[in-house]
Amino acid sequence: MIIKRFLRWTDDRIGGTKFTRKALDKVFPDHWSFMLGEVALYCLMVLIATGVYLTFFFHASAQDVVYTGSYGPLRGQHMSEAYRSVVGLGFDVRAGLLIRQVHHWAALVFLGAIVLHLCRIYFTGAYRRPREINWFIGLALMLLAIANGFTGYSLPDDLLSGTGLRIAYSVLLSVPVIGTWMAYLAFGGEFPANDIISRLYVIHVLIVPALIVGLLSVHLAIVWRQKHTQFRGPDRTEDNVVGSRLWPTYAMRSIGLLLVVVAVLAALGGLVQLNPIWLYGPYQPASVSTAAQPDWYMGWLEGALRLFPSFRIHLFGYRVPEAILPAVVFPTLTFAILFAWPAVDRRLSGEVDGPDHHLLVRPRERPRRTALGVAVLTFYVVLFIGGGQDIISQKLHIALDTVTVLLRILLIVAPIAIGALAWRLCRDLAVEPPPGDGDPDDVGRDGGSDGAPDAQLGGSAARRSSTFSSASARSSSSDASSTAISESSAPDAVRNSSSSLRWIDDT
Amino acid sequence: MVALLVAAAAAVAFVVVFWSGGRRTQLEGALLALAFGGSGVGLVVWANHLIGGGEQSEDRTPLRATPEEIRELDAELGRGEVIARRVWLRRSAVAAGGALGIALVSPLRSLGPSPGKQLLHTAWGDGVRVVAEDGTPVAAADVPADGLVTVFPEGAVGAADAQAVLVRVDPSLLHLPRGRDSWAPGGLLAYSKVCTHAGCPVGLYQADSHELLCPCHQSSFDVLRGAVPVSGPAAWPLPQLPLVVGADGLLRVSGDFSEPVGPGWWKA
Ligand code: HEM
Ligand code: FES
Repeated sequence: MIIKRFLRWTDDRIGGTKFTRKALDKVFPDHWSFMLGEVALYCLMVLIATGVYLTFFFHASAQDVVYTGSYGPLRGQHMSEAYRSVVGLGFDVRAGLLIRQVHHWAALVFLGAIVLHLCRIYFTGAYRRPREINWFIGLALMLLAIANGFTGYSLPDDLLSGTGLRIAYSVLLSVPVIGTWMAYLAFGGEFPANDIISRLYVIHVLIVPALIVGLLSVHLAIVWRQKHTQFRGPDRTEDNVVGSRLWPTYAMRSIGLLLVVVAVLAALGGLVQLNPIWLYGPYQPASVSTAAQPDWYMGWLEGALRLFPSFRIHLFGYRVPEAILPAVVFPTLTFAILFAWPAVDRRLSGEVDGPDHHLLVRPRERPRRTALGVAVLTFYVVLFIGGGQDIISQKLHIALDTVTVLLRILLIVAPIAIGALAWRLCRDLAVEPPPGDGDPDDVGRDGGSDGAPDAQLGGSAARRSSTFSSASARSSSSDASSTAISESSAPDAVRNSSSSLRWIDDT
Repeated sequence: MVALLVAAAAAVAFVVVFWSGGRRTQLEGALLALAFGGSGVGLVVWANHLIGGGEQSEDRTPLRATPEEIRELDAELGRGEVIARRVWLRRSAVAAGGALGIALVSPLRSLGPSPGKQLLHTAWGDGVRVVAEDGTPVAAADVPADGLVTVFPEGAVGAADAQAVLVRVDPSLLHLPRGRDSWAPGGLLAYSKVCTHAGCPVGLYQADSHELLCPCHQSSFDVLRGAVPVSGPAAWPLPQLPLVVGADGLLRVSGDFSEPVGPGWWKA
């Protein structure tokens, strides 16, 4: 019909038939954890669609105006034109509040999906050779997403976001040597110079989104070319991908997921109020609201600023600003370590020129890596909690200083304790004898043990273990997959098994 | 099918609600959610139950080039050796590229003025009157005991770097740093309202403990001892203003803050 006619027409001109055929045949593994990246992608689509709508009504101007709109409590107040236009979005534009709240919720879920996606990649070892490039691109995307979240949050010029900008200005000031210049060039003068809102606007709607879309395209193109990783299992080897074909099963499911994501965001945006800037009031440098919290993805930095002990240091005769360690050095280190991780991991597992990995590991098969990841996550969760230390103190009626000290202790103790716990748990799960498989040193062990422990993992366990058992019935247990590995790439498989043992034995 | 029909109905209802006007964010959100969610669930159920198709397997084809292909590529690259041979030409090209790069980033300089000495001082100076947020001069008697008043220098109301807080304490409790004995006439104290930690306004005052509190990261400052930090992440005291009570009872200052205000940069 029409689609076929169209395909014929394009094929006549650019010859796309071969590619289209291969694309429709492409196989995608179906494990729930692979949907996290897709959720992030669909949130981005929602962000772009709702964001473009917002640009029709938002005025990026610091011009001082007097409010005369329909929201009574603010009438007669001085405010920036930017703030007035966002209040107008809420009260005078039909569905304006809905779209604005969906945009903000999509930003929160977007970053949540990115962080969970990152965890999935880490804990299953999907970043290993040959997928390091996508690990780097993914980190860059996460940085850009945080940056765009912060710039967007700052646009309405309300009391809360203005306070955030004031802190950002101070953080820029704290950079050695060029700090004052950076702050002056970014803001256009001494705080709160008038240029920042219009500059953030261009960054928010053009520069960062363009970078995100560009990098994301490369990210997906690389996934497409390298094909997905997959968990071990009968019939699943380093040399194939098992799952559903793109057309029609995977495409339908994925479009379904897109629609569900949009639905959830619409429900959140419609039913759960967030960032009611008309209650905060316009930004005035001398006002501040108590219990001010940033969006969740900035919580770790907020916590770092709050929990880092005060210090007075002079270096080369200069006074070292307090913000530099928690707000400049610490986040830089965080991302430096993340970027360096694939190289560090290669060292640790003795795989400097190591084999390609297309089969994922289960977190419990690498107790040390899993424990490290859990410990690091715990550290950031404690920081996040520290970002609300005043609320904890109020709610639990504990003195603020006590809460701070407790959280500082927790910041060091909790990662070690919970990391150790995770390590134990992995060991206990990993040594569980696989049913009907005697030799634990066999590579196929991981495949053969799938049935039982998989059910413990929860999630989509029920559906998946049934596919597994039907598949293993066909392939007479694990032997098939292990022979498949050793036939096709014997040295890799051997090294692979020894290195996996190393991760476990060294611990 | 039920899901898809519900979705269609919800979408129609959304259009009706939207056109009928009014601010009905909740209803609109719920209907949109129903419309998208219904379609989504419908598609997923369809894909999982009606199409199925079981598990498919696809082989990975190696992406790496064969040694033969690599040799061919090296040969192609070899044609570029004529470039490498002309050393001075190559160096000139690098120089041109570098200079061009510097030329291209230099317009960034237009983004803002030079910091100069602006950060070092504020609009406060000898003889400047203290005014409230509405611009009216503040008399010594206007400051309530245990209260906090936000003030500005006359002529610069709202100036972010000049904002200050006034508090009144019992003069006998004061332990101000040396040289500031006359800065607190009648127990009146004026400190910069810009937190030395990260610049938030220090907007809360606990009169019983004589502490100013910054709501951003919970630093507190002891006003009796020159606003030295007591707890929290701030390390440096809030700068103080030398207050004077004029013959007319109005407050003035005899100079700028004791130090540059706000969080530090790498200053000597
Ligand atoms: C890349 C991901 C993006 C993120 C994480 C993001 C995040 C945000 C956030 C958190 C806000 C504050 C909303 C509020 O007022 O509560 C915002 C505002 C805004 N965003 Fe985005 N955004 C993104 C992309 C875009 C795009 C692509 C556009 C337009 C082309 C856009 C246009 C706007 C506009 C005009 C505002 C100001 C109006 C308002 O605050 O309601 N955004 N953004
Ligand atoms: S800005 Fe005041 S404590 Fe951080």
